[in-house]
Amino acid sequence: MQSVLVLAIDTATPAVTAGLLRLPGDGPPELLARRVTVDNRAHAELLTPSIRAVLAEAGVAAADLDAVVCGAGPGPFTGLRVGMVTAAAFADGLGIPVHPVCSLDAIAHEAVGPVLVATDARRREVYWARYDAAGARVDGPHVARPAGVPAGGAVRAAGAAAAMLGLPVVAPEYPGPVGLVAVVAAELRRGAPPAALTPLYLRRPDAVEPGARKRVTPA
Amino acid sequence: MSAGRGRGIDARPAGQGRGIDARPAGQGRGIDTAVVLGIETSCDETGVGIVALAADGAVTLLADEIASSVDDHARFGGVVPEVASRAHLQAMVPAVRRALRTAGVAASDVDAVAVTAGPGLAGALLVGVAAAKAYAAAWDVPLYGVNHLAAHVAVDTVEHGPLPPALALLVSGGHSSLLQVSSVAEPMDPVGATIDDAAGEAFDKVARLLGLGFPGGPYIDNAARAGDAGSVWFPRGLTGPRDARYDFSFAGLKTAVARHVEALEREGTPVPIADVAAAFQEAVADVLTAKALRAAADRGIETLLIGGGVAANSRLRALAERRCAAAGVRLRVPRPRLCTDNGAMVAALGAHLLHAGAVPSDLGIPAEPALAVTTPLV
Repeated sequence: MQSVLVLAIDTATPAVTAGLLRLPGDGPPELLARRVTVDNRAHAELLTPSIRAVLAEAGVAAADLDAVVCGAGPGPFTGLRVGMVTAAAFADGLGIPVHPVCSLDAIAHEAVGPVLVATDARRREVYWARYDAAGARVDGPHVARPAGVPAGGAVRAAGAAAAMLGLPVVAPEYPGPVGLVAVVAAELRRGAPPAALTPLYLRRPDAVEPGARKRVTPA
Repeated sequence: MSAGRGRGIDARPAGQGRGIDARPAGQGRGIDTAVVLGIETSCDETGVGIVALAADGAVTLLADEIASSVDDHARFGGVVPEVASRAHLQAMVPAVRRALRTAGVAASDVDAVAVTAGPGLAGALLVGVAAAKAYAAAWDVPLYGVNHLAAHVAVDTVEHGPLPPALALLVSGGHSSLLQVSSVAEPMDPVGATIDDAAGEAFDKVARLLGLGFPGGPYIDNAARAGDAGSVWFPRGLTGPRDARYDFSFAGLKTAVARHVEALEREGTPVPIADVAAAFQEAVADVLTAKALRAAADRGIETLLIGGGVAANSRLRALAERRCAAAGVRLRVPRPRLCTDNGAMVAALGAHLLHAGAVPSDLGIPAEPALAVTTPLV
């Protein structure tokens, strides 16, 4: 079976991540190049240069890519969208598929289960999901106060907000290229059509419908 | 990071497309034509436009696709940035595909990508900027991160040809500016601007207090057709002898309309919506055109260009025509579709920058929510 050349992207956390991987017909994804910059305020500035950097480092032309894999969150909205629209546009520009992955799944893949995964959702909440010993997601993703996250059968916690869950903390903090690709390895090898590229926002926009008009003169 | 930037425009004569050997035969367009794709996401319209740039600098419109989230904002009475940003993400790739199909160009025919870098809503801008960078990288073509207001000026050349030195009146829900334009793609000189609400914002607020829909512009315009603009006199902001000559203020006008409506309501008199709409619209059109022509006269400028969503207002267009004719000033207003936010205007400015030999933007540029009018290209 032929190997698949994949670009992996994730911006669901402060880590702006781009990786170039070869997924062999059998076995785990092989990382060819990676750029990870932890910067909450510069996702849009950093991501496309990082993509070009990993391609250049691996000596791969964009046109040689077979697929893009993209973390679909959950994550803070503005940064998350940068990765998703970049993945969608880059893949569309090359005429290749883009496969979404729950970003928490990518973290879980590189941790040892059974594990809780939690990342910062701001507003003193976390995005979280729980995985069994085989690495399958059994609860989530959700957004909640850390105190409201049930341990279930998890004995460890991973992800940048793991320390708030009261369990032994294990790596990784952020979704990595290998984890992202591994989660959809079977689909990539089969050339299966990707799922819809739908962001996992988990929160509605903060917008309130206006009430009655405010008067400018006394009633 | 510019390593691997395939075709810097400095590597070829201005206005030239890809070399003939890079372009499949039988393409239909001559080798002296470049294709520019433009992306606009500064507010609630996801716009993707495609233009062709001829060797002589002429810009022709090939596609102008819009996906609007305006209906999603209506119940909030204004654009909700997060709602707009979510809609941009969903609409972006389909809009690019539609634009390419409409234009009849293959992705491999695109010679440059332009995008609104600012000014605008930060989260909304980011979606377009990120998408434009990704397309530019995938296609290995130069990127131009451009100024939204300069693009409103540039789009007029698609309809009316080369632009002489002009005064631009750009009026929309987000902007109300008077700018001196020496040439498309050159920095613009700020002449005047609103000190409070944008003109379009005033339309939205007055429409809301009259119980009309959102966005207010078209609703006020329609209601006013049956109204008497002289039935009530609303104040013209900043028109006193000591006031700033070229600046605007619409907050006081909005309050005056509210006081008028509330007084009628207190008396139990039905509000004559058509008359109030017409009188309000007259006040806005009067002060916009009066100050624009005052600035043109003071600075010896012979052409007035009006752009932005409020330029679609029928009374503003009619009054501007009459006053320009009386003052001997040539008036240029793009058709309404090109006045509101769209991708074609961004593509048009990108094409002019390409023709002028401007250095493309770095793929590391940020979105610039407060980008100054003096910066046409980031």
